[in-house]
Amino acid sequence: MTTPFLSVRDLTVDFHTEDGVVHAVDGLSFDVEKGTTLGIVGESGSGKSVTNLAILGLHNPAHSRITGEITLDGDELVRAPKSQLERLRGNKVAMIFQDPLTSLSPYHSVGRQIGETFRKHTGASRKEARDRAVEMLRRVGIPHAQTRVDDYPHQFSGGMRQRVMIAMALVCDPDLLIADEPTTALDVTVQAQIIDLLKDLQQQFGTAIILITHDLGVVAGAAHEVLVMYAGRAVERGTVREVLGSPRHPYTWGLLSSMPRLHAPVDVPLVPVRGTPPSLINVPPGCPFHPRCDFQALAGPDMCRGERPELSPHRGHGDACYLTPAQKQDIFIEQIKEHL
Amino acid sequence: MYRFLIRRILGAVVILLIISAVTFFLFFAIPRDPARLACGKLCTPESLEIVRHNMGIDEPVFLQYWHWLTAIFTGRDFTYGHCDAPCLGYSFVNQEPIFNAIVDRFPTTLSLTIGAAVVFLFFGVGAGMVAAARQGRALDKIASSASLLGASMQIYFVGVLATWILVDQTQILQRPTYHDFTANPVAWASGLLLPWLVLSIIFTANYTRMTRSSMVEQLSEDYVRTARAKGMSTRTVFLRFAWRGSMGPIVTIFGVDLGVLLGGAIITEQTFSLHGIGELSIKAVENQDLPMLLGVVLVSATAIVLFNIVVDAVYAFIDPRVRLN
Ligand SMILES: Nc1ncnc2c1ncn2[C@@H]1O[C@H](COP(=O)(O)OP(=O)(O)O)[C@@H](O)[C@H]1O
Ligand SMILES: [Mg+2]
Repeated sequence: MTTPFLSVRDLTVDFHTEDGVVHAVDGLSFDVEKGTTLGIVGESGSGKSVTNLAILGLHNPAHSRITGEITLDGDELVRAPKSQLERLRGNKVAMIFQDPLTSLSPYHSVGRQIGETFRKHTGASRKEARDRAVEMLRRVGIPHAQTRVDDYPHQFSGGMRQRVMIAMALVCDPDLLIADEPTTALDVTVQAQIIDLLKDLQQQFGTAIILITHDLGVVAGAAHEVLVMYAGRAVERGTVREVLGSPRHPYTWGLLSSMPRLHAPVDVPLVPVRGTPPSLINVPPGCPFHPRCDFQALAGPDMCRGERPELSPHRGHGDACYLTPAQKQDIFIEQIKEHL
Repeated sequence: MYRFLIRRILGAVVILLIISAVTFFLFFAIPRDPARLACGKLCTPESLEIVRHNMGIDEPVFLQYWHWLTAIFTGRDFTYGHCDAPCLGYSFVNQEPIFNAIVDRFPTTLSLTIGAAVVFLFFGVGAGMVAAARQGRALDKIASSASLLGASMQIYFVGVLATWILVDQTQILQRPTYHDFTANPVAWASGLLLPWLVLSIIFTANYTRMTRSSMVEQLSEDYVRTARAKGMSTRTVFLRFAWRGSMGPIVTIFGVDLGVLLGGAIITEQTFSLHGIGELSIKAVENQDLPMLLGVVLVSATAIVLFNIVVDAVYAFIDPRVRLN
């Protein structure tokens, strides 16, 4: 078995706040292979962003404690020195964020923002960096790149801004691109364009992508593997076919049921996941999802609130739930699937 | 940009006209009769009438304002003497044209302001940036407590204390006096050093706090996170990104402060017996010298309006979102 390109093992991220310790990520493991896309889904607050900021070492060490292992192409990152992380960021691993308007500097032209990343990591001259910026703007499909390179972010539309963000992220040909809800702030039609762009670029350059979203539709169309997160933990993992086709975890069922569907009759109500996300300061004992779970009684008395269920097995389709495989299959087919 | 400036300058002229008119009519509403004061104890109705005429206040108020306004461009003759354009009126108390009095005093106020501004900008912004860079650590705490202390000081208290210690007791600094800069720059600087420092204490404290909070706010912005996420060094993130974003609010307040200071640092000038615009306005109030008061009000207003325009221009330079609208 070869080692995966990115491997995260037992990642734990705690924040020390005035209200107490926030357990934002708690024992999370996953892998990403070169040239593939891992979709990470979960309600907001489930620790998706925190996980990915941890990969780049972007949490303030004064307020956070990170344990576990993150290995990228053989390099351990959790304990890596700052200088190593700075060389990595924007170069080997790049990140794009949800809101391209606030995530780009309003004070610098897009050409400068793209170019400075290139210069930082390649030592290119100003002229070369500018040429590269134009080339990148072209690559992400911005018309009149030659003139628009001197424009400022506010002069672009939302979708074009996200393209600029992608151009900036890809300027050093990263091996891993982390896209944190890249389409959430955009119109539906623009969303599809951005996702297509990411897929095209992946095919051309073989970039591994982590695509964070709370939209299972996006995952279905763009990812190879899926990781479902709840309260800082992975509750289900597998290929898109496995997780969306035969989901096993009650939380995944809930997410699927709460998804708006194009072909459903209008009078079928959307069923959001019942209840509210748990506090990450006092995480419910056992399975953190049990207070919101309709099936906990089936697992046996006090199973769900006792010990925490582990995600198993380590590879392939896995889920963290005490229901038996037969129960999961029956419930999904009999009670969930017909409503999807 | 030029159109923007021209529009703003025209706007400023209108504002100054309004301010002068309002001030003018307000003074007119005051029941005190300046002629009566000038006329003295043994005033007969006849002599009062003459004084009124000489002062130009026997005419209807609109006509008076009109004369006052046109005199700025054409000059004006008073019985007491001629007042060259730009004539802002004639002080019957000081027996001199208002404009001359202001021109005499202005270099003192300007020197006081510029020197203090250099000191408080440098130390205030510097300390604020250091505090923001060392958030929550010892240097931050020292800077924050020092600025809290500084901001709660009063100029007349610090001024008197500093004069007593640095001048009277130890003779480290000179007793404040104003020397002409062009004649002797060293004397100019050493004569104003103490007022600069004292005036700067409070401003430095404010600028430290403002810079720190502005920087801290910028450091938590998304675009700063992006800068870090693309591998920019801590230093670059701090200077090229966060500082750039912090400049706007600082420039805005700085413009207002400069305008206010140029209108006369009244308390500072009083504390150190400097003869600037501030002292001029205090005297004008004491003597009920209405033409003079009108003059200094107008000078202060002009300084503030002018710096507002400068701030807007600088702001447009800093922030492209403003520039391109
Ligand atoms: N710097 C921080 N300090 C304290 N709590 C944080 C911090 N960053 C994130 N959190 C908390 O961690 C949890 C997970 O956040 P996040 O990863 O942003 O969720 P999402 O899955 O929506 O991306 C949230 O409850 C959030 O409040
Ligand atoms: Mg998030």
